[in-house]
Amino acid sequence: MVGTITSIGMGLAVIGAGIGIGLIGNKAMEAIARQPQAVGDIRSNMILMAALVEGVALIALVLSFIS
Amino acid sequence: MQKSIRIILFFLVFGVLNLFGQHDEESRHQGQNNEVRSSEAAHEEHEVEEFNVKNTIFHHIGNQNVFSVGSFSFPLPTILYSPGQGWSVFSSGKFDIGHHGDGHNAIDGYVLSEGSVYRIADKDFDREGVKHVVKIERGQEMVDGKMKEVKYAYVEGQKYKLDARSTWDGGALGGGITSFYDFSITKNVIFMILTALLLFLLFKKIANDYVKNKGNAPKGVQSFFEPMIIFVRDEVAKPFIGEKYTKYLPYLLAIFFFILTLNLLGQIPFFGSVNTTGNLSVTLGLAVIAFFIVNISGRRNYWEHVFWMPGVPWWVKATILTPIEFLGLFIKPFTLTLRLFANITAGHMVVLVFLGLIFIFGKSGTDVGGSVVGTLTAFPLVMFMMTLEIIVAFIQAFVFTMLVASYIGAAVEEHH
Repeated sequence: MVGTITSIGMGLAVIGAGIGIGLIGNKAMEAIARQPQAVGDIRSNMILMAALVEGVALIALVLSFIS
Repeated sequence: MQKSIRIILFFLVFGVLNLFGQHDEESRHQGQNNEVRSSEAAHEEHEVEEFNVKNTIFHHIGNQNVFSVGSFSFPLPTILYSPGQGWSVFSSGKFDIGHHGDGHNAIDGYVLSEGSVYRIADKDFDREGVKHVVKIERGQEMVDGKMKEVKYAYVEGQKYKLDARSTWDGGALGGGITSFYDFSITKNVIFMILTALLLFLLFKKIANDYVKNKGNAPKGVQSFFEPMIIFVRDEVAKPFIGEKYTKYLPYLLAIFFFILTLNLLGQIPFFGSVNTTGNLSVTLGLAVIAFFIVNISGRRNYWEHVFWMPGVPWWVKATILTPIEFLGLFIKPFTLTLRLFANITAGHMVVLVFLGLIFIFGKSGTDVGGSVVGTLTAFPLVMFMMTLEIIVAFIQAFVFTMLVASYIGAAVEEHH
C-alpha cells in the first residue's frame, strides 16, 4: 500500500476541480439559454475558465507524483 | 444517409485495424516473455509472470530511440554524452534491436531496453567496443525508503545494474538521477521534424493559392484550412489580444496547427504509437517559447500589475500580492505544460488499459474464451475512447492557443 495517501490527496483535488468545472458548465448553459446570440463569447470564456480550474488539479497531480 | 454509413464504416475499419495491431504486438511481447521464462526456468523457480498492464502502458507512451511500425524497427541516430567518457554517436541499429525493443549489443557501456538507452552503472565495466547482452531483467530495489524499479543487464556472464533513463530534468522528478545525457534524435524528435516539414509545405501551398486565386473562392486544400485559420483569427486572436493581433497571429496559427497535427498523428494505430504532445519535454518546450513571447511583449502596464498592483494597500502588495503575481509568471507556462501533457497521456493510457482487458481476461493468450470476452468488451470501449481522443486533440490545441493568446492579451494591454 505505497502511495495511498498521495492518491487520496490527488483525488480530493480532483473533486474540487470537478465541482468547479461543473459550476462553470452550469452557469454557461444558463447564460446561453438566456442569451443565445452570445454563445460564441460564452463558449470561449467557459473553456478558458475550465482550463484555469483544471490547472489546479494538474498541479495536484504532479505534486502527488513527486512526493 | 450514405455519408453517415461511410463514416461508420470508416470507424469500424479504423477500430479493427487498431485492435488487431495492438493485439499482434502484445502477443509478440508475451511470446518473447515466454521464451525468456522457459530459458531461465532451468536455473530458478519462477512463478508464471502475469500480464503487466502498467509496464506495457509505460512502454507504449514513452519516448524511444527506435521507431517501430508493426514488427519493423527503424534505427535512429543515437547521440549520448557521459561526463568522463565523452560523446558516443552511432545508429541505434547497432544495438541489434530484437523483440520488445531490447538490444542484443552493449556499445560503449550503453544498452537498449524497451526502445530506450540505459547505461551500465558499474564503474569497473570495460566500456570499450561492442559486447553481447544476454538479457535484460527488471527488479526492485529500496531507494530512500521507496521501492524503485531498476533494470539489470547480463553481459559476459555478469549481472550489471543499469542507471535510470536520461530525461530533461536529470531524474529529479522521479526515475532517479542518472549518469549520462541522451541528445538522440528520438521518435518524438523525428515526428516533430516531420510535422514541421509537412506544415511548412502545406501552408506554403496554401499561401501560394491565396496569391494565385486572389479575389476568387478558395479551392482544394485551401478551402479545407480556411475555416480553421479564420477560427483562430476571429475566435482566439481578435477577442483576446485586441487590435494588435496581426503581430501574434502567425505564432498562434503555428502552435495551433503544430499541436493539432501532433495530437492527431498520435492517434494513428500502427504508426509507432507516437505520443509526442504527451511528452513533458515537448510540452515544456512549447510553454517556454510561449513564456518568452508573452514576457518580451509585456508593456509597462503589465509589469506594473505584476510588481506593484495599483489601487491596493502597500502592505498587501508587499506581503502577498507581488509574490503571488511573480510566481504566477512561472505557473502560467507550467500549467500549459501539464495540461497538454496530462490530457494526451491520459487518453493514450485509457486506450491501452482497455486493450489490456483482452490480455487480462484472456490470461495472456492462454484462455481463448476469456480473450473473446475481453475483445468484445474492449472493442466498443476503445472505439469510444478513440473518438473522444480525436475531439480532445482539437480541444487541447484550441485551449493551448487560446490561453497563450489570453496571456499575450494581458501583456500587451494598454492602460485604460
